[in-house]
Amino acid sequence: MKRLSGRRGLRTLLLAAGAALALLPPAGAFSQSAVDEIAKYRQQLQDGNPAELWEARGEALWKTKRGPRNVSMEGCDLGKGPGVVKGAYAELPRYFADADRVMDLETRLVHCMTTQQGFSFAEATRRPFGAGSNRSDFESLAAWITSESKGVTMNVALSHPKEREAYQIGEKIFYFRGGPHDFACATCHGESGKRIRLQDLPNLTEKAGAQLAYTTWPAYRVSQGELRTFQWRLNDCYRQQRFPDLKFTSDASIALTAFLARNANGAAFNAPAIKR
Amino acid sequence: MADPMRIRVAERDGVVNVRILMSHEMETGQRKDNSGNLVPAHFIRNVVATHQGRTVLSAQWGTAVAKNPFLEFSFKGGKKGEKIAVTWEDNKGEKRTDEAIIG
Repeated sequence: MKRLSGRRGLRTLLLAAGAALALLPPAGAFSQSAVDEIAKYRQQLQDGNPAELWEARGEALWKTKRGPRNVSMEGCDLGKGPGVVKGAYAELPRYFADADRVMDLETRLVHCMTTQQGFSFAEATRRPFGAGSNRSDFESLAAWITSESKGVTMNVALSHPKEREAYQIGEKIFYFRGGPHDFACATCHGESGKRIRLQDLPNLTEKAGAQLAYTTWPAYRVSQGELRTFQWRLNDCYRQQRFPDLKFTSDASIALTAFLARNANGAAFNAPAIKR
Repeated sequence: MADPMRIRVAERDGVVNVRILMSHEMETGQRKDNSGNLVPAHFIRNVVATHQGRTVLSAQWGTAVAKNPFLEFSFKGGKKGEKIAVTWEDNKGEKRTDEAIIG
């Protein structure tokens, strides 16, 4: 028998490896054990979740006097009264009479930064997402504010007509196909058992999937070393669909958030979480 | 100035369990940025934990430790209400010390 040597030998080996792979069971059988392993990995990381570093920064940021008017955000009404943070996130997005608009967390924070702290809209919305040492105030604030809703049951109301309107628009956006790939959110998130590479995609049209997905954002993404918010998740889904960028604090962004948050009603909020 | 650490210390049956989260980039010096330049190494070199002035843990770290590292260890002989201090020092000479009370 001829000895394998040099490049040809390597190629023969690779071919052999390919043949061996073909003999293994189909992908479905793989993914189950991989999913179990990922779940185990998450469990191990849960203790000592670096999201706590963002939570600490967010709490300090909330209490620090900032902006042209030199006031803290402690007078900010997230829907449960000025300064009340506990459980507030589990009821957002909601209608705010003072702004006559349905607002999600980020939009409400921008509202407080502009109306109370005196920042201009451009200043306030300068950096929705952080990268490395350029941290985003929104990611820190969201980390802390959401942590104050940990364990609280999701309870997004549809009592005001504008809340119902936002929900309906959000639903429409979710199923709207567009962009160069003729894609909709529902293309990936409308069926169970779908995945991108090894990542299981939640079926957001089912109660369990919608609850699991919404209640585990924000999350510390180990692969990025960053804390990412639900807003970031939406924006990145838009990028993956090759849609135009989802505009920060836009009605479309709030509507889609309202639709997905409302569908998570009844589940205990469980973030900031940790994801691969 | 580096962000503060999160330190949680709990005593049970004479054994003190310490859990520390540090905020640090932990750059290996092998990554390239968007323009293809190497990102300079920046990582924690030394970690020292003391209990009432007595060193209970001393570690030399390298680039293999993850970003925003989490460290957990236990030692004997601590009582509730006593103080734990943790210090890290990185390869740029930056330092950070934080304290926590055993609970």
